[in-house]
Amino acid sequence: MPDELFFGYQVRPDQAVIAEHLEPGSRVLDLGCGDGSFLAYLRELKGIRGMGIEISQSKIAECIAHGVPVIQGNLDAPLTFADDDSFDCVVLSHTLQETRNPDLLLREIARVGRKAVISFLNFGHLSCRLQLLLHGRMPVTGSMPYSWYSTPNIHLGTLKDFRELCAKLQLEILRETPIVHDFSGLANLWPNLFAPSCVFELASGADNHS
Amino acid sequence: MNSSEKRLVEPRDFYFGDGEESALELDCGRKLYGVNLRYETYGRLDASRTNAVLVLHALSGDAHVADYHTMQDRKPGWWDEMVGPGRPIDTEKYFVVCSNVLGGCSGSTGPRSINPQTGKRYNLTFPVITIRDMVRAQKRLMEHLKIDRWLAVIGGSMGGMQALEWAITYPECVRSAVPIATTSQLSPQSIAFDWVGREAIKNDPHWAGGDYEESAPNQGLATARMLAHITYLSDESMKNKFGRELQESEHYSFAFQRDFAVESYLEYQGRRFVERFDADSYFYITRAMDYFDLAARADGNLAAAFRPAQAEFLVVSFSSDWLFPAAQSEAIVRALLRNKLRVTYCEIASGYGHDAFLLEIETLGGMVRDFLRNQLREVHRAG
Repeated sequence: MPDELFFGYQVRPDQAVIAEHLEPGSRVLDLGCGDGSFLAYLRELKGIRGMGIEISQSKIAECIAHGVPVIQGNLDAPLTFADDDSFDCVVLSHTLQETRNPDLLLREIARVGRKAVISFLNFGHLSCRLQLLLHGRMPVTGSMPYSWYSTPNIHLGTLKDFRELCAKLQLEILRETPIVHDFSGLANLWPNLFAPSCVFELASGADNHS
Repeated sequence: MNSSEKRLVEPRDFYFGDGEESALELDCGRKLYGVNLRYETYGRLDASRTNAVLVLHALSGDAHVADYHTMQDRKPGWWDEMVGPGRPIDTEKYFVVCSNVLGGCSGSTGPRSINPQTGKRYNLTFPVITIRDMVRAQKRLMEHLKIDRWLAVIGGSMGGMQALEWAITYPECVRSAVPIATTSQLSPQSIAFDWVGREAIKNDPHWAGGDYEESAPNQGLATARMLAHITYLSDESMKNKFGRELQESEHYSFAFQRDFAVESYLEYQGRRFVERFDADSYFYITRAMDYFDLAARADGNLAAAFRPAQAEFLVVSFSSDWLFPAAQSEAIVRALLRNKLRVTYCEIASGYGHDAFLLEIETLGGMVRDFLRNQLREVHRAG
């Protein structure tokens, strides 16, 4: 899936969908913000006041070049840099599968954000299922291009798994937007089978920490 | 670089505070009259006067941040790799100002200056100054230079403390701040090191209660410097630099002269330091750091202490710095974020210890270069 260029920044399809969920001028926390190009894009597109969390020193240097505020931090640890409800929205794009404790991170996201928009890679996608069924091997796809032994994706799940985890954590899913390429009709009907990833908008904020 | 390529800079003096009105009011409650600040500038102030960057030096630094004073100088200023044409703090883009701190011994008024009221050296009758007093004096220099707002205030270690102080005390004068390898509060461990350093000076027979004249307490000062210098390095950097190498012989001397390379190095550092530094100044500057505690002004609440601040921040720490460890920078970052300020924080991986802020020029310099460029761009966009 080719990234598109907006204002000179490369944006993935799931990020373009996430952007649609965000209010202009809002305060957004991007967890695992990489080189900061998504936050720079949001700044140009919607005047969003963003901040990123990123673990890599070289990526932080790129964020600084993009003029994006970023804090060095580890998503496997509590988000001690952020107070309760201190962001209008917390964004996590294709990153949850790389974290050590996805459930704890979701709790932290619910704590610091009024809402959350999360794009989730779907391991239940047809091509994954077929590779496992027909070849008997761990799937390798465009969005998950790694071999099983060297992948950073240590917690893969299906869209169904993600919904169940949200239910367990009492996080209400407000909206689901499947990211579709080829079979858009099918993907909208059966996202868990036909959408390679999906953007979830979660209600978070005060109701959830009691 | 051959000598024909050496860029020269001329130190200047700014004198103020002769009268009752213009004297410098200090945290201790006293007033300082007839204050001189030694400073140097690099680059040109643009027509809008918005491209001024204030560089703040650490304990043993001075106003001479870059270039050379004379063609004969062997070494350039203390942050020459960072400041100059095409360097991270690019003097083709920015007007760079650096002054020797109040209480210093490199041209600015300090304990060895003449007290205009007595005609004698102050020595230990010089008022005990604070980091905020240093910044107050720099504010006078800023007014003298007719600058309303610094594009950035940048400093490492004690320079970082001044950068934080600037952002709190004169928020409208600081567009951005870059505190590097610093802390908002000197730890008891650091206070302890300062104390032992000053004790070494006091125990030098030449100290004379600070009233030394012909022979200075150089042995004590050198010992203080050797002790402090250990805190600027790391276990790793000392292993890499010296190991257990012997300096002059293949064998142990089985005596107490210096055998090891690391001993020889420290001795050299101590000897060099006393050539350019003064024992009484060492008292005053270390004391200013001991007293530095931003949270204390807001009942221990660091976030409340930063409430006045408006600047955008780039906070940098170094992984092997055990004098002002990363956790102390992270506390600053949390307090800044609590005030909804724009903050960027990076802990740079480095084995050099506290001194990394002088040595990790490539990584640190890249970040500072890009940060400044964006600050200037935003000024132009707004203006």
